Amino acid sequence: MNAPSALAPAPDSAPPPRPGAVRRFAASCISTPANIALTAAIALLLALTLPDLVEWTLVKARFSGAGPEACRDPDGACWVFVSARIGQLLYGDYPPPERWRVDLVLAITAACAIGLMLRPVRRHAPLALALLWLGPALSWVLALGGVFGLPPVATTRWGGLALTAIVAATTLAGAIPLGLALALARRSQLPLLRWLAVATIELGRGVPLVAVLFVAMAVLPLLLPPGVELSPLLRAALAFVVFNAAGMAEVFRGGLQAVPAIQTEGARALGFTRLQILGLIELPQALVIAMPGLVNTAIAVIKETTVVLIIGLLDFLAQIQAGLADPQWIVGDQVRDAAYFFAGLVFWIVCFGLSRLSAGLERRTAPGR
Amino acid sequence: MAFAALFTARYWTWRRLGALSIQALIAAAVLAVVWAAAENALANLARLKIKTGFEFLERPAGFAIAQRLIPYSESSSYFAAFLTALLNTLVLAAVAILIATPLGFAIGVARRAPNQLLAGVATAYVETLRNVPLLLQLFFWYFAVLQTLPAPRASHSLLGVIFLNNRGLILPAPADAGSAAIALGAILAVGALAAWGARILRRRLEAGGATGGGALLAPALAFGAPLLALLAAAATLHWERPVLSGFNFAGGIVVIPEFVAMALALSLYSAAYIAEIVRAGIASVAPGQVEAARALGLPPAIVSLRIVIPQALRAIVPPLANEHLRLLRNTTLAAAIAYPDLMLVFAGTVLNQTVQAFEVMAITVATYLAISLVVSAAMNLYNRRVLQAGG
Amino acid sequence: MKAYFAAALAAAAAILMASSATAGTLDEVKKRGKLICGVAPNIPGFAYADDKGVARGFDVDFCRGLAAAILGDAEKMQLTRLGPRDAFAQLQTGAVDVLTHRFTWTYNRDNGGGITFAMTYFYDGQGFMVKKSANVDSVNKLNGASVCIAQGTTTELNIADYFRAHNLTYKIVSFADLDEARRAYEAGRCDAWSNDRSSLAARGLGLQKRDDHVILPETISKEPIGPVVRKDDGQWMDVVRWTVYALIAAEELGVTQANVDEMKKSSQSPEVKRLLGVGDNLGQKNGLSAEWAYNAIKAVGNYGEIFERNLGPKTRLALSRGPNRLWKDGGLLYAPPFR
Repeated sequence: MNAPSALAPAPDSAPPPRPGAVRRFAASCISTPANIALTAAIALLLALTLPDLVEWTLVKARFSGAGPEACRDPDGACWVFVSARIGQLLYGDYPPPERWRVDLVLAITAACAIGLMLRPVRRHAPLALALLWLGPALSWVLALGGVFGLPPVATTRWGGLALTAIVAATTLAGAIPLGLALALARRSQLPLLRWLAVATIELGRGVPLVAVLFVAMAVLPLLLPPGVELSPLLRAALAFVVFNAAGMAEVFRGGLQAVPAIQTEGARALGFTRLQILGLIELPQALVIAMPGLVNTAIAVIKETTVVLIIGLLDFLAQIQAGLADPQWIVGDQVRDAAYFFAGLVFWIVCFGLSRLSAGLERRTAPGR
Repeated sequence: MAFAALFTARYWTWRRLGALSIQALIAAAVLAVVWAAAENALANLARLKIKTGFEFLERPAGFAIAQRLIPYSESSSYFAAFLTALLNTLVLAAVAILIATPLGFAIGVARRAPNQLLAGVATAYVETLRNVPLLLQLFFWYFAVLQTLPAPRASHSLLGVIFLNNRGLILPAPADAGSAAIALGAILAVGALAAWGARILRRRLEAGGATGGGALLAPALAFGAPLLALLAAAATLHWERPVLSGFNFAGGIVVIPEFVAMALALSLYSAAYIAEIVRAGIASVAPGQVEAARALGLPPAIVSLRIVIPQALRAIVPPLANEHLRLLRNTTLAAAIAYPDLMLVFAGTVLNQTVQAFEVMAITVATYLAISLVVSAAMNLYNRRVLQAGG
Repeated sequence: MKAYFAAALAAAAAILMASSATAGTLDEVKKRGKLICGVAPNIPGFAYADDKGVARGFDVDFCRGLAAAILGDAEKMQLTRLGPRDAFAQLQTGAVDVLTHRFTWTYNRDNGGGITFAMTYFYDGQGFMVKKSANVDSVNKLNGASVCIAQGTTTELNIADYFRAHNLTYKIVSFADLDEARRAYEAGRCDAWSNDRSSLAARGLGLQKRDDHVILPETISKEPIGPVVRKDDGQWMDVVRWTVYALIAAEELGVTQANVDEMKKSSQSPEVKRLLGVGDNLGQKNGLSAEWAYNAIKAVGNYGEIFERNLGPKTRLALSRGPNRLWKDGGLLYAPPFR
């Protein structure tokens, strides 16, 4: 493998004329003996794994039938479980006549995520922030109800993929701005602010989520004045925001320190104020550099929200586990494996979508232009 | 010039005044929050009717732990159980970090490889592994590992001294723990000495402008000497061979499948994240710099080593530290597949048995925090060096 | 050194620790109009959700019965699914009113955590499952074996005690959840799988070939399982345990969900009349209505009916009553007299 050229940043500012697909494949994959060996090894790996996967998920799988009785074959996935319980997986215990509200919540969350990736939006920080907050705010209002003639639905009845989406969106909406604030505070010239930021970041990065949730559930209520009660969902979301902001802060810090010092020095020489340097020179570049890291962290947050199942919130994964405890569905691992495969697939689609969106964006706003 | 100085002085005075008042405000706000929280806690404390305290740490634990790196038995104390579990967590995190970091770097670089198939596979790897919850991956790897391994009676064996089956990898153990400890100490000492010597040697060689074979002398010393010490220790120690008796092998050191599955899943998962960080780091280096270096006639290896990597590291190190800490936190998922880490043993079994949830969780939180502070401090130190090196 | 460390941690924990106002859980529940029960997450037959999302199970039905007794409506309850780590702390801080969980009543739990067990409503015991091909017919022949378990509330300690008492060695593999323990055992990681017998029966249904496995005759532990409440609320403890006793007494007196109305109208038995609040008002002393027991029986049936509905031979778990029979049938269930 030709390591040095792999390490060099892709000179994508002036792409060479594109040869045909076959020629390109030949040039890149079977040009040297090392390349040929690599190509063969990869092909062999795919040949060994793909057929089994296809057989299990499709060929021998059961897609329809009357409940658990249809799933007796241990060699194929049992998708019947997923279809029998899809309502719970998506909506939890949300009252069926009101589920259109959850659909709307999911649509709004997706729309805001896509909106955030659009270039004109990202160019304008206030607009991006508005979108970042609009999604979760609308979601909470819609899902909670009690206004605009919507019947109220207690948070204890929320569940499934909808709960996962709301928790993740709320966490990101809080953690991204807070993370940026922490990263800036960490560079502040005020020692007190700096120490506070460092303390918060280290605390947030150091404690496992399981323990964080314990604190949020058992310790937080003791620190609040009597009479003030937060729902478990709100407490979990609050804990997630604070603790994920720490991770976000470090991503922003990486972005900020990657901006070449010569640029800020130049700007200072030109008489820019520190606020101007930050707003006009450092932040725009830092945000672009930090983008993959942000998406990385956002994806981690989305997946880590599954921890809420340990405090009794029935998110997407918890709904699956609850279903697998129904005695009528305990017929063999084909049910369990299919259910977890489905969960993995759903998470994969959401997170992959997010990472593709951001990759497209990265190409369009690559530095050095 | 005098005017400028005056201007600066006044400017700084105002700034300092502003800074002071802002900090005073922050301090007041923080104090107020802490005060209110403490007040509420005390009010709640007044109604406290729970027996508290940490005496339970001295009481016998009574349960067994599957992986013990220090002597521990059922009659040991809860505190010993805590230490045993803590060591398990540390070993797992260390091994996973040591695998994940180079693997992540390799995959991150491979994503930009000229071989399109390799680049494609690297991309597929990242996009598959980082987009599926780790818990599901843990289940996958664990049961995949278990299902491919044979039962103890049908063990794979190497020379009749090393065995592999679904109870783990069974290695011969030194028969005498005391001499083994001495040998380990000796190997570590030799390693430290060799590393120190290699460093001096390298500086000498670099100053002398050595190339080719000469440059290999330092790494040869750094790795060769400890290896020789290891071989010497292996030859002189008396080894106890594992023997199949009844259900399991008796004797020997067992690397349990749970450890293998955890280390595998954690490092493969984290490598996907690290690859993404590395790729972004490389991308953050302005292409103009590479072109300029090439125009100067620098060879590609030097361009990578002296231009791209130092600058890329500036963008890589802070999020990399994040990833290492995330990996540490993710070790807590070990409970799902029976790896006896701190969360499973201490915040699990011990908590269940004693019902002293608050005490146990306070110790657990403090411990994870302490470990991560050490990791974080090390990475911050490294970050400072990277920033200095990068100019 | 260790003592120093402990003292420092004690000081830190003292700040973190407190229990909320616990005087009058009953009043709080009435004011709220809803009973909050902590149940175990995902235990087949005891606490789970059916295809329609309705909560089902033995533990859940007792929560329903309590809600009916206190609030007159079995659906005025809310379930919080809690693992053992969070369950006790949640009860201590008042986030849940009662744990209708799978906790075993032990000395350590009753004395130290600020919680107490109201009574026992399910007698379980730890058993072992092995592969038939292993030719083992007794736990005593498991010397040197690897044992897979799900980290239960007392499971590890039981095994340690039993094997040491019988001078046997073993290797433990301890999982957070039951289904992974079952699967690892099935995949050959262990020679035996040990948990409460009810769990072996329920999760054992997931074995690919159930007939290739056998449960050994020994039961190595006593697992009295019952509702858990905060220690400082005697009235609340009485409400919880007497409601369960009422359901046991109902079985003894032949009062069922189907005939409770009939019995209330026309039964001549003074005991039945007292239980159902006819001509007497036992509920009043506990701050409940005269019809508290009637409401509970009407909502979930008597103890026997709850057992049959969730665990009995007609369910997939197919558990026999065993020690959970009435005392007069040779079991351990014994309700104090209602008078």
